Amino acid sequence: MNLLRELRGALAFVKRNFDLSKRYWKWELVFFAYTVANSITMGFIGRAMRKFGADVDVNYLILYMLIGSIIWGYLSVLFEIVAETVAWERWEETIEYTFMAPISRVTHLISVCLYSVIYGVIRSGLILLITSLFFNLDLSNADFLSAFVILMVSSLSFIGLGIVGAILPLISPEKGVQVVHIFQALLLMFSGVYYEIDVLPNWMQTIARMSPATYALKGMRLAILEGRGVLELTDYYIPLLLIGSILLPIGIWMFQIMEKYAKKKGLLKRSG
Amino acid sequence: MKALIVDGVSKYFRTRGKLIEAVKKVSFEIEKGEIFGLLGPNGSGKSTIVRMISTLLIPDEGRIEVFGYDVVRYPKKVQSMINRVSVEASFFKKLSAMENLLFTAGIYGIPLNAAREKIKMISRKIGLSESRLNDPLEEFSRGMQQKVAIARAFLTSPILLLLDEPTTGLDPRAKREVQDLILQVIKEHDATVLLTTHDMTEAETLCDRIGILHRGKLVAIGSPKELKEKANAYTMEEVFMFFTGEMFEDLEVVE
Repeated sequence: MNLLRELRGALAFVKRNFDLSKRYWKWELVFFAYTVANSITMGFIGRAMRKFGADVDVNYLILYMLIGSIIWGYLSVLFEIVAETVAWERWEETIEYTFMAPISRVTHLISVCLYSVIYGVIRSGLILLITSLFFNLDLSNADFLSAFVILMVSSLSFIGLGIVGAILPLISPEKGVQVVHIFQALLLMFSGVYYEIDVLPNWMQTIARMSPATYALKGMRLAILEGRGVLELTDYYIPLLLIGSILLPIGIWMFQIMEKYAKKKGLLKRSG
Repeated sequence: MKALIVDGVSKYFRTRGKLIEAVKKVSFEIEKGEIFGLLGPNGSGKSTIVRMISTLLIPDEGRIEVFGYDVVRYPKKVQSMINRVSVEASFFKKLSAMENLLFTAGIYGIPLNAAREKIKMISRKIGLSESRLNDPLEEFSRGMQQKVAIARAFLTSPILLLLDEPTTGLDPRAKREVQDLILQVIKEHDATVLLTTHDMTEAETLCDRIGILHRGKLVAIGSPKELKEKANAYTMEEVFMFFTGEMFEDLEVVE
């Protein structure tokens, strides 16, 4: 593998995706506004709890809900960008040209992941900035280093999930993306985005413990709300590291196997 | 060394339980520097053969070699030697010509500065001003999009160029311009070309040799002159009728 050549390829993928975001800026704005509105709504649900007679620390609850919304927004953007890599190329009708270029599939996938992390961090940072204007957020307890470590480690496991998800649109041009969205919705339901997983029935809790989002959200809340340090969160980022280090190589390996299958069956074409 | 060897290649697809024999034991060779045409109506297997050479499809039988490299065993090596222009320009339509071409240059490992220079040089050849290079591709005419597709192909300096119906759907003037551009750049780049077309005149004008594809099978091969002599025909339509027993127009179906 010519490293310099691969590096040029990786930069080309990252730049292309930013170029596309720039050109589709109206859509970006629409999705951004939707996510901001959703996050602010979650914050207000937290504030409204007292109206229903609940005896809760409202500021804690607002931050709890906001962390859920923003971190889920970040992780789902990561998952979507990576999982829909193939679907997007198919929709743009460029899939055949990208897949016949002499660049390694590992470089292709990793560079899309790199873009998704940069894009996700910028987007989530902006959402946090805007939502903080609506609420008097008390972040004096937060351990930001710890939060950053959780964010990066959870990115790894979500990228791994995304690459596994990207296989679906590769082998099923018509139904792959829909299945990816169903999977994403199930992750939202099982992973305790807006509640602790111990409120779920036992069988759902068992599944929740297998989801990287569960550890990402819990770890992030402990870092921001309770100021837990990096060393105190090993129970959260070790499972995340483990899931990421298993899913990422397995995802890339499976993607390559399925690419060969798609080439056998004639699925690498523009339309479904 | 042959530029391309296609040896006993077959490709089958299963659609809704039905087996479709897209390509059946096709064999032909192309010499270095030659322009070889695959002529056939829609659905005759032309694009399937091009996709197999492009490493996008794996043959079910036979072997394909590009300058001595097997397309299944050495796909990266083959990919670095080929490029393709297909019937659809296939660009990121919201991106500018420059952004699209720089992306292609990047994934083919071409340094950024060298790519910018080459893009400007090729743009002049295709009659695209530097200011238009920054316009989104969706604002270009079909003919101009196809010219940019040709520029994209030559940007990577392929030694085997696959032209898969590059002029289909273009108006007569754009068609002529694209054909002239193809001839000009082939001469300058010393490339070997496989051209697929269902345009008899185009095949006769551009190609040194032609293979006639009929229902996935290669039924005849030779220079336009040889084919006409064999068929005792004046036109390529008559040649096609002679080798297939069917009228070309009758076989034209939407793929």
